[in-house]
Amino acid sequence: MNPRTFYAFVSPSLLLMVVFIALPLASVFVQSFQVTQQVYQQVTVETCTPGFLTQNCVQETRSQAVLDEHGRPVVETRFVGLDNYRTLLQPMAVAKAIGSGEFSDILSIDFYKALRFTLTFTFVTLPLVLAFGLLVAVAVNTIAKRVRGPVIFVTLLPFIITPVIGALSIRWLFVGDGIMTAALEHLMGHDIAVFANGWAIEALMMFYRVWHVTPFAFVIFYAGLQTLDIDTLESAIVDGASRFERLRYVVVPHLRPLIVFVALIHLMDAYRVFEEVVGFSSQAYRISLQWLTYDFLIPDNSGNRSIARASASSMLTMIGIVILLVPLLRQAWRDHRVKR
Amino acid sequence: MADTKALQPPTGLKLATAAFVALWAVVAAFPLVWIVVMSFKLPLDAFAEDPFQVLLGYQTMQERGGISAIAAITGLAAFIAALRVPAWLDYLAFTRMRAERTRAGKIAANAVLYLLLAAAAWWLFPALVRGLESIVATIPGGGFLARPLFGLTFEHYRAVWVDYGFYRNFINSLIITFGTVAISLTVGTLAGYGLARANSNLAFWILITALIFRALPHSVLVTGYLPPFINSREILMPLWDMPVLGTILHAFSDAPPTLYGQPLAVIMVLVSINQPFTIWMLRSFFQNIPTELDEAARVDGCSHFGAFWRVIMPVMWPGVITTGLFSFLLAYNDYLVSSLLLDAQSQTMVPAITGFFNRETTTTDQVQAVAAAVSITAPLFLLVMVFQKQLVSGLMQGAVKG
Repeated sequence: MNPRTFYAFVSPSLLLMVVFIALPLASVFVQSFQVTQQVYQQVTVETCTPGFLTQNCVQETRSQAVLDEHGRPVVETRFVGLDNYRTLLQPMAVAKAIGSGEFSDILSIDFYKALRFTLTFTFVTLPLVLAFGLLVAVAVNTIAKRVRGPVIFVTLLPFIITPVIGALSIRWLFVGDGIMTAALEHLMGHDIAVFANGWAIEALMMFYRVWHVTPFAFVIFYAGLQTLDIDTLESAIVDGASRFERLRYVVVPHLRPLIVFVALIHLMDAYRVFEEVVGFSSQAYRISLQWLTYDFLIPDNSGNRSIARASASSMLTMIGIVILLVPLLRQAWRDHRVKR
Repeated sequence: MADTKALQPPTGLKLATAAFVALWAVVAAFPLVWIVVMSFKLPLDAFAEDPFQVLLGYQTMQERGGISAIAAITGLAAFIAALRVPAWLDYLAFTRMRAERTRAGKIAANAVLYLLLAAAAWWLFPALVRGLESIVATIPGGGFLARPLFGLTFEHYRAVWVDYGFYRNFINSLIITFGTVAISLTVGTLAGYGLARANSNLAFWILITALIFRALPHSVLVTGYLPPFINSREILMPLWDMPVLGTILHAFSDAPPTLYGQPLAVIMVLVSINQPFTIWMLRSFFQNIPTELDEAARVDGCSHFGAFWRVIMPVMWPGVITTGLFSFLLAYNDYLVSSLLLDAQSQTMVPAITGFFNRETTTTDQVQAVAAAVSITAPLFLLVMVFQKQLVSGLMQGAVKG
């Protein structure tokens, strides 16, 4: 295929990606160093009320929004350097917390709270998703062929469900004295209020994510198991490998590329955790990095969106993504060079 | 695999595996089944501590009536019949006129048939059930079959869809979802084909950039969209004032559009966000089609695009359908982009549901939120039923290629 035809085929898609992904990224980068505000001016107004002999005059200075000829407020954009990042990261408060040894103070700052939750969430759910996906795949692969279809159907349900709805459906089992809370109370013998407890909510959010992603891991591992070489397994049996040893030394190495693939996809997706915060309404207890940005973008009581702070938190979130992706990119480049 | 004796697990392990799979199936389906049950009950039943009260709905039965065992059995039979009958009728009608067996004709005939069946269910079914119940009630000992067994009410669905106008959100969802699927497949197949057939460094870098773009949090992108979308009228004004272009643009609208709250703008955003994933997936499907096919078409005198359109696309439909399914899921399930870029009038279903569960002043509101959630889930459920094979093949495609 000559370059001309290649461009003809690829250009619509490229154009979309440049306009709607690359340009917004660049503009977010620029905006994170700027603040856009309404222009105010100090106006000194003298108001006089009629009085006996002389007028009572009061002079007061007010700040007033400057309006343009159409009567709309004038907006001004200023370069503020790292100010937006400073308001997010609060280096002074962090230094003070470290100085006094009160490390838990750091986690009361929104950004670090979100970072802590996002990272914990990502790295706790990752091994669980891989383990459960593998377990379900191996189990389904050994059951009778007749029931596999229905089992796969049921398994796909948590995967395709709208994330917010999935989170809500689990929340409704626990909310108030829902049946799951009632069952837990029955087991433990004392009152539990799941949604008044940060750690309980965090555990539920992780449970939801594992429930939601396990089907994806399952389908991919299940596909990998279909291409497993029976001869290798049989020779392992001849060599006296036990069932577990066969899983450990034959099946898992065979699935290794797929395990890496699922792990990478899950890392990318779990780092973007957001819908759980909405579904479980956990913002009072647990917030994620993406939710932090989202919250800045929602209009506040006076209708303003803090685009500048949102941009700064976006850029900080991006740094995390880049760190996650670097090993993958190096691997891809090496593979590409080998292929050519 | 099953014929190799040595690979057969011992009975104990077999039982344990079966139990594990059964447990997983229950865990996977339980929350969804449960919200369906809850949505048909009055609040006191729906949020009861006792699972049997939720299932049977004692209070709902007292206040709103219920369904007897007879009615449930008849309903189930009618449902199964409705699934079987069309295929059977289809066979009868079309064996005779095989010549007119066109796709469109078949779809039209099926649609008419289903409408007739639905009408029959709506008018005939209640009468049939009542008749059966009164007959069974006269039989000694059969009375308990005719009495209401569990409570059922549709009032929350009625409240959500009629009183709160959820159908408007449904229409908005339809527009956004189908717009996104159509455009992203059109643009994506072209790019996917180009990338599958090129082995240049440029193609590699496009794919890698797409991979990085796929990892971007959507909130980052929305941060970039919001200011220009809100101020698009002012930003685009110079274009409208330009000498020649301005006259053309004025023919479409007097002033530049405000992109905020425009479904079309959100469609373009969702298409672009989805583009990296779409081109990766379609590329791997195209790579499965041998290059010899293109070459043969080229030798026969097709242009590059001709070869793509007349020879490759006809064998690509499975891949296109699978990718379309994933685009559908992304657009339909999206919360973040739609909630930030659409206003109240053009809101889709998923963000609209927060209006229900954030209100939560009474428990009735909560059950209405449950009913709305079930309404959103129902189309997805149908989707898995119809397209299970394509979904699995799509996921495996990703796996095989990495």
